[in-house]
Amino acid sequence: MTALFLVWSIQFAQILLGAAMLLILYRIIKGPRAQDRILGLDVLYVNAMLMLITFGIRTGDSIYFEISLAVALLGFVSTIALAKFLMRGEVIE
Amino acid sequence: MTGIADLPVWAAIIVCLLVLAGSLFSLIGAIGMVRLPEFYQRLHAPGLATSGAVILVCLGSGLCFALLEGRWIVHEVLIIIFTVLTTPITLMLLGKASLYRDRTEGNDVPAKTVPGPSIADAAANRLPELPTE
Repeated sequence: MTALFLVWSIQFAQILLGAAMLLILYRIIKGPRAQDRILGLDVLYVNAMLMLITFGIRTGDSIYFEISLAVALLGFVSTIALAKFLMRGEVIE
Repeated sequence: MTGIADLPVWAAIIVCLLVLAGSLFSLIGAIGMVRLPEFYQRLHAPGLATSGAVILVCLGSGLCFALLEGRWIVHEVLIIIFTVLTTPITLMLLGKASLYRDRTEGNDVPAKTVPGPSIADAAANRLPELPTE
């Protein structure tokens, strides 16, 4: 009974994260300018990482951590590259 | 369900509280992303998700796997340190890029007050123009 309740609460946390991702998706689609969309993409990366970590807690599989670490690294690099592109018009000079 | 069902009850309750609080932080940050009216205000909302949510969820996951596998796991601490270190850099660079775009388009943003190398000067790799009086 207790375990069932706890699994439900993890699922509820995942629903909250999914709602957050939907709200950010609305901002990415609607966002008036390019920097809004890049900001939304950055937050979307972080939320996807958190979603992977909660999947890892639920299944007890430690492969999800490697994935979330890779997602964190890629999110940082891609946001930096996009911000540089906004500022200078090119990524690699 | 081999994961969280094997935990002792007290640890499972702590893990669930941490994960729920973290995802709530993330949701509040996302609501801020939608509802704040200007870009420079929206720039502050992701801090809630990347500091509060990442720290809480990773702590919960670390506690869960430390008890399940009987040893301390450093992956979560690595994720926390990496996210907390890189988020200010990302948001500051994005804010600077947005400010530069707004200034070149002549939008209503605060002008520079301190004479120094501007972003445009730094981009063109030249010395700043000194004020002539």
